Amino acid sequence: MRKLVILGGGTAGTMMLNKLSRVLNEDRWQITVIDDSETHLYQPGFLFIPFGIYGQKDVVKPRREYFPAHANVVISGIDRIDADHKRVILEDKSAVDYDYLIVATGAKIRPDQTEGLLDDEWGKSKFDFYTLEGAQRLHRFFESWHGGRLVLNMTEMPIKCPVAPLEFLFLADSYFTERGIRDKVELRLATPLSGAFTKPKATEILGGLLQHKNINVTPDFGIARVDNERKTIVSYDDVEVPYDVLVSIPTNMGDECIARSGLGDELNYVPTDKETLVSEAHDDIFVIGDAGNLPSSKAGSVAHFQSEILFKNFLDRIDGRPAHARFDGHANCFIESGFGKALLIDFNYGVEPLPGKFPLPGIGPFSLLHETRMNHYGKLAFRWIYWNVLIRGVELPIDSKMSMAGKVAA
Amino acid sequence: MDTLEILGKHLAVDKDGNLVNRSDWNEEIARAIAAQEGIGELTDRHWAVIRAMQKAFDRDGDAPSIRRLTNESGVDVKTLYQLFPKGPAKKAAKIAGLPKPKGCI
Repeated sequence: MRKLVILGGGTAGTMMLNKLSRVLNEDRWQITVIDDSETHLYQPGFLFIPFGIYGQKDVVKPRREYFPAHANVVISGIDRIDADHKRVILEDKSAVDYDYLIVATGAKIRPDQTEGLLDDEWGKSKFDFYTLEGAQRLHRFFESWHGGRLVLNMTEMPIKCPVAPLEFLFLADSYFTERGIRDKVELRLATPLSGAFTKPKATEILGGLLQHKNINVTPDFGIARVDNERKTIVSYDDVEVPYDVLVSIPTNMGDECIARSGLGDELNYVPTDKETLVSEAHDDIFVIGDAGNLPSSKAGSVAHFQSEILFKNFLDRIDGRPAHARFDGHANCFIESGFGKALLIDFNYGVEPLPGKFPLPGIGPFSLLHETRMNHYGKLAFRWIYWNVLIRGVELPIDSKMSMAGKVAA
Repeated sequence: MDTLEILGKHLAVDKDGNLVNRSDWNEEIARAIAAQEGIGELTDRHWAVIRAMQKAFDRDGDAPSIRRLTNESGVDVKTLYQLFPKGPAKKAAKIAGLPKPKGCI
């Protein structure tokens, strides 16, 4: 028996498990997936929880429901990968051997990485919405909040879903308006970036939206610490931003098991060939999704496009051919902008997000870098697509390679 | 292609305003870019960071993030911000003649 082990049963791991289990012969392949919990979380849905749009039932499902029946499922923490001996050591120190390994261990928030962030006030006046618990705590807080200064701070890049902080602020503007207290709420983005987003054209358009919605921006803000007594965040160059409620996107890091394995960079991300998705250190280890150090966005759509590339390259590898598929960095993200509208961006390693129509040139139905109601319906429909199509590894009618068709060049 | 006028020369720059051709770069150009960025005179400590940045870029093919830059240069984050205010990784990369770090995705 040849052995494939997939570390992580989240978005990326589940997609690979479903795709590969359809083509690898059961009599010759044993496929094992290892994850530390029975619960699959729909992370893109966390954004909606603070505003009462989604609840727990919308984002939580049993992991095994999305695994093929014959997969060998191991629910356990991972101590480390022993790449030299081609085995994974579980937290009880037992070993799982592999011929090939797919690392899909994702990224997590690490509030412990910022001085003063994780203390008694965490969950009271300082919140995150990148965990289910954090998003729920923030929802309870907002329900009885009467207004004040709300500061959203990204500590450092890269973060999962780099548009989520902007969406949060747009939805907050919408939510507090509907509650009739928008005039009592000051919204501010304190970001280490020089503007709203990481790419110039999108920054210009999204920056304009922030201004239009009366959301203030403190750019180039590299947080050094939280001064809890004065409820103020302080940057390394001593810029101070006071808050009544701080919504933090803490430092994102890869799983600790990657660090224990000696396979990670300074943020525990696995150095990975950005086109073939093969680990730079070990050619029998593949990396997908947020776990790698690729210069692409950390997002479910990106993991989906990567899954098609990795599928081809994995089959090449086991048949002894050189990996032929190349990932181009394709990302496709809806951006909720509040009041029932959304934008859409579509880009890759080389091409920044541009205006236009998607996926059909000139027709759409979606509009790139432009607020429409149709884009919002697309964003909401995505949850159904996620549970029923995407993580089941079924093909979507969107090419993994980005297309320039329908885009208006800058 | 955009150009930037430095010391009487028109040098090609990318959309972030960083030099496209490393061969256009020299210490005199670096001092001129630093002046345009409001950094002032470049001290030995500035140069240590700039050299560390170039070394990391030549090895990794990418300019390092602030977190990596502290490891590479041995200069702590607070000091990096004093040397290159408002985004040390971005500023130091620009002065070093390198593209903006890809860490910002």
